[in-house]
Amino acid sequence: MSVDRARLPIPGPDRPFHFPRIVHRTLANGLALRAVRHRSVPVASLVLLVPGGSSVDPQDRHGLVSITAGLLDEGSRGQDALAIADRLARIGGDLDLEAGLDAVVISLTTLDRFLETGLELVREMTLEPNLANDDFNRIRNLRLERFRQMKDHAAALAERAFARALYDTHPYGHLAMGSDAALNAMTVDDTRALHAAMFTPDGATLIVVGDRPEDELLDLAARTFEPWRAAASALTVDRSAALAAPPSTPPVALGVVSRPGAAQSELRIGHVCASRSTPDYHSLLILNAVLGGEFVSRLNLNLREGKGYTYGVRSAFNLRRGLGPFVVQTSVGTDVTAPAIHEALREIQAIAGARPATDDEVAVAFASLSKGYPRGFETAGQVARSVAQLALHNLSDSHFEEFVPRLARVTSDDVAAAAGRYLKPANMTTLVVGDLDKIQGALPDLGLGPHQVLTVDF
Amino acid sequence: MQMSFSKRTLSNGLDVIVHEDHQLPMVAVNLWYHVGSKNERPGRTGFAHLFEHLMFEGSEHHDQGYFPPLQRAGGLINGSTNADRTNYWEVVPTGALDLALWMESDRMGYLLPALSEQKFSNQRDVVLNERRQNYENRPYGLAGFALSAAMFPPDHPYHWPTIGSADDLRAASLGVVREFSQTYYHPGNASLSLAGDVERERAFDLAEQYFGDLPAGPRVERIQATARLAESANLVLEDRIELPRLYVGWHSPAMFAGDDAELDIVADVLTHGKTSRLYKTLVYERRVATDVSAYQSSREMSGVFQIVGTAAAGVGLTELHSAIVAAVAELADHGPAEAEIDRGVAQTEAQFIYRLQTTGGFGGKGDQLNAYNTFVGDPGYFDADRQRYRHVTGSGAAAAVRRWLVNAPSVSLSVVPKGRRDLALPGAVEVRVS
Repeated sequence: MSVDRARLPIPGPDRPFHFPRIVHRTLANGLALRAVRHRSVPVASLVLLVPGGSSVDPQDRHGLVSITAGLLDEGSRGQDALAIADRLARIGGDLDLEAGLDAVVISLTTLDRFLETGLELVREMTLEPNLANDDFNRIRNLRLERFRQMKDHAAALAERAFARALYDTHPYGHLAMGSDAALNAMTVDDTRALHAAMFTPDGATLIVVGDRPEDELLDLAARTFEPWRAAASALTVDRSAALAAPPSTPPVALGVVSRPGAAQSELRIGHVCASRSTPDYHSLLILNAVLGGEFVSRLNLNLREGKGYTYGVRSAFNLRRGLGPFVVQTSVGTDVTAPAIHEALREIQAIAGARPATDDEVAVAFASLSKGYPRGFETAGQVARSVAQLALHNLSDSHFEEFVPRLARVTSDDVAAAAGRYLKPANMTTLVVGDLDKIQGALPDLGLGPHQVLTVDF
Repeated sequence: MQMSFSKRTLSNGLDVIVHEDHQLPMVAVNLWYHVGSKNERPGRTGFAHLFEHLMFEGSEHHDQGYFPPLQRAGGLINGSTNADRTNYWEVVPTGALDLALWMESDRMGYLLPALSEQKFSNQRDVVLNERRQNYENRPYGLAGFALSAAMFPPDHPYHWPTIGSADDLRAASLGVVREFSQTYYHPGNASLSLAGDVERERAFDLAEQYFGDLPAGPRVERIQATARLAESANLVLEDRIELPRLYVGWHSPAMFAGDDAELDIVADVLTHGKTSRLYKTLVYERRVATDVSAYQSSREMSGVFQIVGTAAAGVGLTELHSAIVAAVAELADHGPAEAEIDRGVAQTEAQFIYRLQTTGGFGGKGDQLNAYNTFVGDPGYFDADRQRYRHVTGSGAAAAVRRWLVNAPSVSLSVVPKGRRDLALPGAVEVRVS
């Protein structure tokens, strides 16, 4: 049988996909449990979500939440870090301690037959970490060394400078790792106070995903975590700190971090934009897919496929509990820095004004986001992390089932309205990390006013 | 535990491998061409990877870019090139399998008529940007180039990096594309896997339908090259960094060859996790390094075993080097303890099972089936691969360390901040990389 090469095959109908059932239980200590049965390979994943990430760092202790989370696997119940690492290795455990802006997320994937041991390890680490002075000093030094290395990393410089430029002293104005000065001012007692104040069962959520009946998963989790009690702390954490209003106009319109001899210019363009609770969530997803979320988006087709300025360019609405940023990020040739910025700004202006997303673009974006949707729920770890997002943002269990129908209702008018409301071309901060001497001649042509030279403190 | 599969070879030589997994309504299409940067020649480096880019720019019957129809169908798409092979994949909803196969087969059979000078020069610019972004503008980004260049002589195919030299890329011409395509991009040099929500017989029928009438190409001769270091080398490279880093590399076995699994376990014992010997000594106890890692990087023709450590501020690389040499010597004399091997094998076992979780994309089941088929000739090598690690013993690991590391020359490369060659190993000779 030969092929008709005159036309592309038309895809057949989608087979239905249903997100598995989420079963709830709340313990007397306030800890919320969620279980999902996942039939695949004999692997189990658990995620413990503790709300209040680096955005609850005290003003003079940036990095405290992150280092405290980082110390959880450095010894607990009087055992040292090597003993914990050895136990983890013996169950083939894949542990991740992530301090984000809004939450600390502790994830462990292990073989199903080691699920009980995995739960117990996570319990020990989270509830009874040693937080010993010697371990604190060791980990702090490693982080200080990391700062030294990041000074030479263009993307790391850009992330840091951009957060500061957009948010200034707002809790989202510093990265989770904090700063050299703050880490140096910290003591192990700070981590103990933060641990007692933030790692409380009330408000936290534990998600267990594996190929066992949900009740069995919940019983196991309950038995392990029932004894968790909040401890007294000299510190109070404000888990709503990130909900404070960021600066209304950005302090920087065009900033440059000078990196003499840089092989490329690292760019960030954007502004403070929206929170995850926005009612326009689905419209923003479509808008972003048209503008810069995918390979075939306008930005990438223009800057990469059209002009060859870059290896790739992406945009995103980083939606958080508080107002997160809209950001375009890319790395471009030094000699095309100004034209690349010009083209990126032009695309943002166009989609928010003269050239809104067309019906066809919206249809492509919808198809791409909806038809590929089941891909995100293949592994136990993916399912567990998805449920954690529901918990973090107070979304209903039906969120994943409703996602495609709600996305389907977004029209090109909705996308145009969202672009008008959420993209503020006049309010953009443009940041360049690159060779200032070589690029500054062309910067005035952008019409963004004089550039500010920024220094980045680690 | 097995990864079930069926394999047939079409009359034009294309291997087709099918793996059913109906958990999600998706199918992973994965296509390997047995060509990589090792098939290039000096002066024409970077071409295999540049060619991969051109494969996404449209083919004769759909000359409008590879992404849009598949993205509209909900597909995820990517490809990659290394020294030994080039792979392409789509993960698509079940109903879009025909579309993905139409697209893959069209660019296998009909790429050249759609190529233009404009596409070629645009993608060359994109690749030059990729090179700057991922290597030139990144701390320690050129160290790997320097190490490979020192380990292998200039005419050995592992001498140059897959991304190629910037000068070669600028000099590349469209004329070479035709020759390259005809030599390497045909059914007889490829392996197709379909994994996921598709019935076996239908999958084979579709493969025959879309690829069956593409002409078989010329037989591709396997490249054979050997490399030995006549003596150890001690080099230094200046970079825009703060903390000096030491790389030590030895020639080692090819992938799946004898001692390959042993050296994987040796790498685990040396640097995987806090309990590993070098992490514990250098980072945890003495605190003279910020990180240390070891890999048995095995490729088709041969491997490189390397140990990499970054010095803490104010610490010289000599101290790291001594500790590395001592740890290797200790393993050669006494081998790893049984508990260390057990731990390494337990972790490896778990990783093998984790690898069964994902159907598509880099490292998914479809990719693994093609890897085994391409390099071993047997897609069902999964379990045999896993067994290799179960059979590692302390004395076997010690013998591998003696054979490949202790009694063999090595290349040491100190990467130091600009103007700080005093931080390198004593007597190091400067290298430059562009």
